[in-house]
Amino acid sequence: MEKILVCIKRVVDYNIKIRIKPDESGVITEGVKMSINPFDEIALEAALRIKESGNAKEVIIVSIGPDDCQQQLRTGLAMGADRAILIQHDHIIEPLKVAKLLHKIVEQESPGLILLGKQAIDDDCNQTGQMLAELCSYPQATFASELTVNENSLEVIREVDQGLERLEIDLPAIVTTDLRLNEPRYVKLPDIMKAKKKPMDIMDSNDFGISLEPSLKVISVTPPPPRESGIMLDGVDQLFIALKDKGLINE
Amino acid sequence: MSNAMKIMVMAEHEDGFITSATRKTVNCASQISSEVDLLILGNNTDLEKQAIQIDSISNVLVVQDETFNQQLSAIMAPIVSDLSNGYDCLLLPSTTFGRDLTPRIAVLKDVCQITDIMEVLSPRVFKRPIYAGNAIETIEVPDGQMIVATVRPASFKEVGVSNQASLSVLEMPNIDLPNHTRFLGISSEKTERPDLQVASIVISGGRGVGSAENFEILYQLADKLGASVGASRAAVDAGYVANDMQVGQTGKIISPDLYFAFGISGAIQHIAGIKDSGTIVAVNKDPDAPIFEIADIGIVADLFEFIPEFLAKLD
Ligand SMILES: Cc1cc2nc3c(=O)[nH]c(=O)nc-3n(C[C@H](O)[C@H](O)[C@H](O)COP(=O)(O)OP(=O)(O)OC[C@H]3O[C@@H](n4cnc5c(N)ncnc54)[C@H](O)[C@@H]3O)c2cc1C
Repeated sequence: MEKILVCIKRVVDYNIKIRIKPDESGVITEGVKMSINPFDEIALEAALRIKESGNAKEVIIVSIGPDDCQQQLRTGLAMGADRAILIQHDHIIEPLKVAKLLHKIVEQESPGLILLGKQAIDDDCNQTGQMLAELCSYPQATFASELTVNENSLEVIREVDQGLERLEIDLPAIVTTDLRLNEPRYVKLPDIMKAKKKPMDIMDSNDFGISLEPSLKVISVTPPPPRESGIMLDGVDQLFIALKDKGLINE
Repeated sequence: MSNAMKIMVMAEHEDGFITSATRKTVNCASQISSEVDLLILGNNTDLEKQAIQIDSISNVLVVQDETFNQQLSAIMAPIVSDLSNGYDCLLLPSTTFGRDLTPRIAVLKDVCQITDIMEVLSPRVFKRPIYAGNAIETIEVPDGQMIVATVRPASFKEVGVSNQASLSVLEMPNIDLPNHTRFLGISSEKTERPDLQVASIVISGGRGVGSAENFEILYQLADKLGASVGASRAAVDAGYVANDMQVGQTGKIISPDLYFAFGISGAIQHIAGIKDSGTIVAVNKDPDAPIFEIADIGIVADLFEFIPEFLAKLD
């Protein structure tokens, strides 16, 4: 195939313990370490490996969000993507609208394969890839943990609740990636330097003629109810008594 | 005031059985409205016999066709979209089945989807977890907009099966179906132990268990207690156990009455999968392991000493 498109979301780094805004309007992201959504990083790694094995010529990355997303796109370019597209959008945007914008990019670029993470670790929605697939009328393979590229199709192993499912899908297709697909490479300093020269197209989300106003109303974002604090016990005997008292095991 | 909302729940079935996640989804639906229909796309008349017994269901709608021997989302989405015309709300369980399928239907309905409803505050206001459950979003669907959502099974109990709902057998809708997706097979580790998502006791092991062979003592303990066995991502990645045993943000979200974590450090992504458990027992040799911050009962011990003693005690 000529091109692979990889969609990348900027999220709070997975190691950060999030804090909620006092007015309950959301999660604090100012001054917090931001990264590529880990699942998207795996998607990009998968794309790069397909290119390196000679099965694709170009890897394009696209992100939708504020100007700061350029940082994550530069990281993606340093990993090895050939060029980047940023669709600038400064407000909250729902997966359906993201998918509609991505659909426009798919129409422009006609990639043979589109890779996305199975979910973003901030909103945990798990929607965008499937939505894009339906908008494009393409097949999908979600939760992929193994990928084999054939001439006009892909064979994908999917991690589903029942075990491992094998699907064959015709290209062009959409694949969303799970954790065990690969381990993304580390970027090296020279690659970061080189990435600065790679092309980055910057577009405005308002220029696509799609209504991006949220359709659902977020009333509040609050901390989860705390679990009652626990006790420390010493050894099997004490545990046995505690569990019997709670009626959790019987003898 | 308009009439009660009409809800369609799409059933998930496996090996000829309607899943417990489906009955949990029906429970969520019944908290939104009293008019709940259940849709089955299958190829097995036994499914409809099970379906009409599910409490809170008014009508069971069924399409029997060999197309549904494989549950492929790209094929089912246009059918469900068509059959759910006239409904105000469509709910699916937030299992890999529902997560794969629902967004495609949402596109055909041109509505934004809600993932993982964990609580119904009013017929149009729901709570859902974000950031691996470290924050809870309260979200409202404006009047007039169809609700398309997945329901987090760990947050709802299953409804009973003492009903006698009416049954409508529907024709396969006349829609051009895609042929770009082929099912090649599924492999699952067969086990006699209860399913992770329904078991009342779950015994999980992490990297601290050290090897696939060492998991044997966890299986022994599980069998003594009638429990299911789960694992952390590190244990799955290291090849100690199969992927379908992973518990956490990106594995299974479970809510047993009793959860044991052996040799699991307590990363937020793991905790996300066990937060709804009744009692969490953690055994770890590191007194500073973060798992002790959320465990109801913590024990600092070497699991290789602790479990054999526990087994002896249960004899
Ligand atoms: C995007 C993303 C998603 C993720 N999703 C998940 C998920 O769904 N589920 C999940 O589990 N993880 C998930 N993770 C991984 C998670 O961050 C942790 O890396 C993982 O949970 C660690 O597993 P562990 O606790 O088994 O291993 P470790 O963190 O290595 O902990 C091992 C523990 O075993 C203890 N130990 C060692 N030997 C013994 C002994 N003999 N007796 C008693 N205790 C012992 C140690 O003290 C230590 O606390 C995800 C990560 C990312 C980035």
